[in-house]
Amino acid sequence: MLLHDTAIIFGRYARQTLASKFQILFGVLMPLLYLLFFGPLLTDLPLSSSAGSWQVLVPGLLLQLGLFGASFAGFGIIVEKNLGVIERMRATPVSRLALLLGRVLRDALLLAFQAVLLVLTAYVMGLRAPLVGILIGFAFVGLLSVSLASLSYALALTVRTPQEFGPVVNAVTLPAMLLSGLMLPMTLGPAWLDVLSHFVPLRYLVDAVRAAYVGDYASTPMLYGVLAALALCAVSVTLGTRQFRRAGA
Amino acid sequence: MAIISTAGLARTFTTKRGTVEAVRGIDLTVEPGEILGFLGPNGAGKTTTLRMLTTLLPPTGGAATVAGHDLARDPAGVRRRIGYVAQSGGVDPNVSVREELVTQARLYRLGKTEAAARAEELARDLDLTGLLDRKCAALSGGQRRRLDIAMALTHRPEVLFLDEPTTGLDPAGRADLWDLVRRLRDAYGTTVFLTTHYLDEADALADRLVIVDRGVVVAEGTPGALKLRHGGSPDATLQDTFLAITGRTPAAPADPAPVAV
Repeated sequence: MLLHDTAIIFGRYARQTLASKFQILFGVLMPLLYLLFFGPLLTDLPLSSSAGSWQVLVPGLLLQLGLFGASFAGFGIIVEKNLGVIERMRATPVSRLALLLGRVLRDALLLAFQAVLLVLTAYVMGLRAPLVGILIGFAFVGLLSVSLASLSYALALTVRTPQEFGPVVNAVTLPAMLLSGLMLPMTLGPAWLDVLSHFVPLRYLVDAVRAAYVGDYASTPMLYGVLAALALCAVSVTLGTRQFRRAGA
Repeated sequence: MAIISTAGLARTFTTKRGTVEAVRGIDLTVEPGEILGFLGPNGAGKTTTLRMLTTLLPPTGGAATVAGHDLARDPAGVRRRIGYVAQSGGVDPNVSVREELVTQARLYRLGKTEAAARAEELARDLDLTGLLDRKCAALSGGQRRRLDIAMALTHRPEVLFLDEPTTGLDPAGRADLWDLVRRLRDAYGTTVFLTTHYLDEADALADRLVIVDRGVVVAEGTPGALKLRHGGSPDATLQDTFLAITGRTPAAPADPAPVAV
């Protein structure tokens, strides 16, 4: 039943996304701009002893795509909630977990597609990384998207207007971006910043994808990254489902 | 045997300024095939009660059985047997009528072909056939309401809950909707539980009225019996009767009654 319901909810929102070419391509614009206008600045900087600058930058941009793309996923559900669509669905026997999963799978798939576009562009610009590492990177983007989209829906179901939603998301995403070393490795900074960044779960995902991009699969950063991603995912999906179970008006 | 029965059903909300007892203890029963009018001033707890009976809001006190299933222990069983139309409806204006009807049927676990057939059948029954491939945004007020009801009838529920179904409809739309509700009861024996602000609607449509005020039931009976008991005569208006019971008029004034000439 869970699979059946998830597929139906996923289908509904996937059809809406496919109808909007704008939505499909627009999300990839910001990381693409970073790639084009920020990437060349790093080319000759010694960011890492073992990796080229693209191998450091592209993992960060991938997770940045997931971070911003998924965190704002909740916007659409505020409209749906005010239209009564959520209540109407909740009055049917549909699985509450499926109401969440169908939506976040659409988000994760859309972001994974955008991630592929990003990596292809980066390849043209000079990125060289092992294929397995690149695939692992996509998996992390997927997990991060599922997690953050779930949290985004949970938040969106508790607020009344988009005006309340936007500032909260910004207040979380911006520090998360700065403190996780998305743009530049945290190890370049002072010790206090490096220590602080270890309290941001995203930091571990960034380190893991960077390790994957240099073929360092059986490493401590990879282990921590997988654990952090799975833990974040479990907590987020639980919170999101709970919100669908008892969603307010 | 009653198809809905509640005992002390209550809901308290906790806000920053303390607790609010939206519903303080509702006791009522509804018989199968009955059209029950659930009346009360604004803030009396009508919608909160309805949202509890439809499993959307867990009660903080009391118990209820709806269509043979316990509200607290088996909400999924309740959901399979009831249909619910909220005040605001619940369709996406950017989605087509057919897509909404088919997806709704799929959420009630109908197979692909059955869901498509059921959408056609509902459209035929509710006079929406030519509109199936339009976006919901393109429907008139009356058509939208019929679609909302069609969505709630997808799985042929035993009980249909309607929250202020005719608010915002023009007189012809209201008359059509009253006919539809009567037709559902007569053809399928569907029990209808409806809230309304309009006393003429309650008078014309409901077999029996339950009047709530400040979260409790303050009166119940057939429109005629209530008029006799509280309004003083069987010819009293329901407006006067309501005033006598609650001391207030219903929040939204009833449509001005045509003056007898």
